[in-house]
Amino acid sequence: MNFKDYLKNHIVYLDGGIGTLLQAGGLKPGEYPERWNLSHHDVIIDIHKAYFDAGSNIVCTNTFGANCLKFADDELEQIIKAAVANAKKAREQSVQKGEKFIALDIGPSGKLLKPLGDLDFEDAVNVFSKTVKFGVKYGVDLIIIETMNDSYETKAALLAAKENSNLPVIVSNAYGEDGKLMTGASPAAMVAMLEGMGADAIGANCSLGPRQLRGVAEELLQKASVPVILKPNAGLPKSINGKTVFDVTVDEFSDEVAALVKKGVRVVGGCCGTTPEYIASLYSKTSELAPVPIADKKITVVSSYTHAIEFGESPILIGERINPTGKKRFKQALLENDIDYILSEGVNQQEKGVHILDVNVGLPDIDEVQMLKNTVCELQAIIDLPLQIDTSNIAAMEEALRRYNGKAMINSVNGKRESMEAIFPLVKKYGGLVVALTLDENGIPDTAQGRVKIAENILKVANKYGIDKKDIIFDTLAMTISADNKAAVATLSSLKTIKNELGCHTSLGVSNISFGLPNRDAVNGTFFALALQNGLSAAIMNPYSVDMMKTYYAYRALKGLDENCAEYIGSAESFVVTVTSVAAAAPKTTEEYSSELQHAVIKGFKDKAGELTKNLLSSVDPLEIVNNEIIPALNIVGDGFEKKTVYLPQLLMSAEAAKSAFEVIKASMSGKEKAGTKGVIVIATVYGDIHDIGKNIVKLLLENYGFDVVDLGKDVPPEIIAKTAIKLRAPLVGLSALMTTTVPAMEETIKLLREKAPWCKIVVGGAVLTKEYADKIGADKYAKDAMESVRYAEEIINGGKE
Amino acid sequence: MNSVILSKTYIEPPFCEKEILRYAGCRGEREEISVLLKECIDEVKDKLAYKVCYRELSIKTVGVTCDFEVFSVHSEKLARNLKGCEKVILFAATVGVEIDRLIGKYGRLSPTKALLFQAIGAERIEALCDAFCADIKKEYNTGLEPRFSPGYGDLPLSAQKNIFAVLDPERRIGLTLNSSLLMSPSKSVTAFVGLGNTEKTSSNKCSLCEKTDCTLRGV
Repeated sequence: MNFKDYLKNHIVYLDGGIGTLLQAGGLKPGEYPERWNLSHHDVIIDIHKAYFDAGSNIVCTNTFGANCLKFADDELEQIIKAAVANAKKAREQSVQKGEKFIALDIGPSGKLLKPLGDLDFEDAVNVFSKTVKFGVKYGVDLIIIETMNDSYETKAALLAAKENSNLPVIVSNAYGEDGKLMTGASPAAMVAMLEGMGADAIGANCSLGPRQLRGVAEELLQKASVPVILKPNAGLPKSINGKTVFDVTVDEFSDEVAALVKKGVRVVGGCCGTTPEYIASLYSKTSELAPVPIADKKITVVSSYTHAIEFGESPILIGERINPTGKKRFKQALLENDIDYILSEGVNQQEKGVHILDVNVGLPDIDEVQMLKNTVCELQAIIDLPLQIDTSNIAAMEEALRRYNGKAMINSVNGKRESMEAIFPLVKKYGGLVVALTLDENGIPDTAQGRVKIAENILKVANKYGIDKKDIIFDTLAMTISADNKAAVATLSSLKTIKNELGCHTSLGVSNISFGLPNRDAVNGTFFALALQNGLSAAIMNPYSVDMMKTYYAYRALKGLDENCAEYIGSAESFVVTVTSVAAAAPKTTEEYSSELQHAVIKGFKDKAGELTKNLLSSVDPLEIVNNEIIPALNIVGDGFEKKTVYLPQLLMSAEAAKSAFEVIKASMSGKEKAGTKGVIVIATVYGDIHDIGKNIVKLLLENYGFDVVDLGKDVPPEIIAKTAIKLRAPLVGLSALMTTTVPAMEETIKLLREKAPWCKIVVGGAVLTKEYADKIGADKYAKDAMESVRYAEEIINGGKE
Repeated sequence: MNSVILSKTYIEPPFCEKEILRYAGCRGEREEISVLLKECIDEVKDKLAYKVCYRELSIKTVGVTCDFEVFSVHSEKLARNLKGCEKVILFAATVGVEIDRLIGKYGRLSPTKALLFQAIGAERIEALCDAFCADIKKEYNTGLEPRFSPGYGDLPLSAQKNIFAVLDPERRIGLTLNSSLLMSPSKSVTAFVGLGNTEKTSSNKCSLCEKTDCTLRGV
């Protein structure tokens, strides 16, 4: 019988621990157990056979760490070949009568993925792909991905398995005592992502004993529509007379796991510290039980690398602000590759309470594939909200979905054949909840009936791709009532039918309804309320709109979704009009500073500096504010820092306050001619180095002092730095390195710059550098801190005119 | 030789603001910084994991060679540090990925906070190591040598490879080694602690260090 069929109607027994048995057999500390497939095949076969004899239906090959990061390709192939042969031999020798499958075991790579570690996502996919290909070549029945403590790495492994085999894949993660993966994912988040990508079973193994994993197993059972795996440790290891002893006995273990089998766990085994005895006992206590049937939980869900967001009674808010449409400042940020600005839009919306962020970075003049991929990666490095990937560029969509760490929302597909043929395969491969617009080749039907008909067709086609209706959310298209005063009625009525009769979730871009009207917020807020009442599940909306947020909180309170109206009450405070807040909050100017703004910058009051600047702009010329207020304040702080009366954090607070003032000025001048800048400086942390705090500090200060800074980020190859310096004909390049091991990369970069951009001066800094070191590697200047970099930049670019 | 790798998880040690400010480059109190620091501490509180894995190794020092039986390293300074010890505890400790996320996040949004989280991370991992060593001291009822990590003195960073091979910290505590030989999560420590000698640990750990021009050096 094939594994998938067997899994449908049986409790499936995995094997138990192997490491402890190998140690007992003489494996030395630091020795790779995978090599024992070749050197001690008899020991490995005996262990596998003992598990089959104990009742295991699946034996995992001894290939936990068999990957090309640890072994050269030739050796890797030999190891996997031998490992599969050993398992097969054990299967032949075992007397057990049940079904016996061999699973290619894939453990973590041993590296953490970027941005937390140094392994690139695609490199991780390649690492796992090699292992998968060898497993397929030597004939395993299925693949087990296990003990993964990071959702991103899990995704890389599953993607590798899917792209290089047609075998069943079961996936098990290592959860900690807090019930989450080391990098933060909850069981619900893992289910959302892994089910979306087509894992055949999902579960938990290692790290803890069965009792501590009970909560995780129960959450998995509640959320998963595929069989749940449980493969716990025999408790925690203790040292008794120099031997490793685990603290959960055979009986305790099998009792605990059996109890969870009764609740519905369908694939069971043991991890560290368990032996064939544990499996035999578990088998004897559960093999007579009727397997609990697997039910489709019909959950419409998206996830981030930490949590899942389910669609249901309570409305889901999707922040629309990461989008250049109609936003000059945002367009400017995209053109300047100013990712920080985009990130701050994300963080601000999160603070306003949205659940999901829409991400649209499409602009005619930029490489959208690259930009969208980068933006998704940058956002998911710092914001734990699920993302809605919003693009009509299919290549950009695929790249973004591939890199996305979770189950994304996909915006969008529509009833056109071409659209469905492009989008549905991506939904199937990467998982996702896809927004389906009720329009087709004939445009948007005027009637509700017409839109519902398109929805039905979309569902039918999706079904052919194996996409369930729970993964489709319909947008019945809000169009402005200023053009057609029946527009809202058609939208709402089709919404209602789709929700009630097709049983699907719905979403709307709410703000479109008021296009062309004055006081749009009022119309949007009311339309939002009507739509919610007609069954709207999610809204793509502006969270800065007070009317929209008021509707959201009031609706939840009225619908009984907000216990004790607590959230409504909490939100109400923020809606109180705060016209006088700036004047009231600002303490009287201290006499030693010439103005309030100077005081705010010197003291590092970020918000206040921004607000004061905004007020000043109504009466004072922007350049005057810069020259008479901000720069003098920065100089006072900078001088203080050099004299050591001001500490680094203070210097930075002032710099940030100044930046917030500059940001206001920049926004007011957006689109207008730019004020003259002092010249372009290219900065980067050198190749191999991932530390960028120092570089970011230098960037901030340089910008404060009016320099245009092109920040290439961290871990930047010399060629990129040289290319950029040439392209911009930069008079100055700043390089940062924190580690002794990356100083050679700095030296190499300097060499390349000397060759390709001989006009360019180079300033270096970083923890390990000294003046002597800087001279040795050929830099023009060693800057001991950020202020010294600024002074040097002024010297080079202004010719010391300051 | 004891071949068992053990793990410990600690509850959050109390935050020492003074120490954090020292790491952040502040030598005195400044009200506006203290306010910001409190904000940062509130944000990071209860978010970190405090995990250690360790094993006991035997040690024989011959000249500059430290032979731990499962591997050996050449380091005059470490040999001096472990002189007279028969056993060492080799450990790996980490406060997890959340602090790196915060440092990364504020690196993009607020360099001041990034600096403070950086300093908090340094203080956290030291506090964890202190808690762990205090435990070991109690369990073994013995004096401890000051902990000694790759990169100290002449002990090369490449010793990390040996340490990772015998401690399995990837699986035990989620600690990984980058190709640059630095660790991820970044707020992590691996170290040798010699057992059974007379107490040398000074209340001022900086006094043991030879880098006298260090900006972080405590007075």
